[in-house]
Amino acid sequence: MSQFTPWSALAGGVLIGAAALWLLAALGRIAGVSGIVAGLLPPRAGDRAWRLAFALGLPLGAALWRLHGPLDVASRAPAWRLALAGLLVGFGTRLGGGCTSGHGVCGVARLSPRSLAAVAVFMATAMLTAALLRHGP
Amino acid sequence: MSRALAALLAGATFGLGLAVSGMADPRKVLGFLDVAGDWDPSLLLVMAGAVGVYALGWRRLARRPRPWLEAEFRLPAARSIDARLLGGAALFGIGWGLAGYCPGPALAGVGLGNADLRWLLPALLLGGWLAGRVPAR
Repeated sequence: MSQFTPWSALAGGVLIGAAALWLLAALGRIAGVSGIVAGLLPPRAGDRAWRLAFALGLPLGAALWRLHGPLDVASRAPAWRLALAGLLVGFGTRLGGGCTSGHGVCGVARLSPRSLAAVAVFMATAMLTAALLRHGP
Repeated sequence: MSRALAALLAGATFGLGLAVSGMADPRKVLGFLDVAGDWDPSLLLVMAGAVGVYALGWRRLARRPRPWLEAEFRLPAARSIDARLLGGAALFGIGWGLAGYCPGPALAGVGLGNADLRWLLPALLLGGWLAGRVPAR
């Protein structure tokens, strides 16, 4: 079971918010991971480099934290469930125009009605799914 | 500074934030989503930190004539809360609840050597590509 880690959660959140502000200040873009990646499927000339650089930065930044100590984060869920989850996450975030970062962080902070609605819906279906998986029949 | 380097810095800071916050660990995410279990509110504090920082800074930045390295700000213009937004969010939530990965942690986790992502990430990219082929009405 996981444990409540308030300070590292808050510190990580502040880093995420600062990264999103930096992207807005430098490139004038919303730091939405699904949207940035969607722009690469397929890539368009002239708009490719910054998206690719952001997407590569994510694993590089996470790898920095490994210097702090080994991290074992795999859930080892069955392959079919991981693949189905990935398909739904990829499809749904692009259809719905955002994920936990674009809608959840930037949109909520900007009090965008669309993002507030999207967050309410994906939080509800995610909580229902997680609870059913663990406590369902 | 080039645009790609600025985006790389944003992505790396974001990825570091995800790792520090514990959100690259699907078990922590599922520990939040499963409110019926041994609830872990960490994700709430990650959002509070990220949304708080972004809310403090975004308006002041976006009021400037232009971003540092680009000609203009590109903030989302869509306003309608439609079936695409809500349906996409609902599907995303189901996928998120199935395995505990949203797009940011799915990419950042590659830097942690997470074996789950061998299944999840290709499926996520396929899902995003498929959604790009859904005609906009």
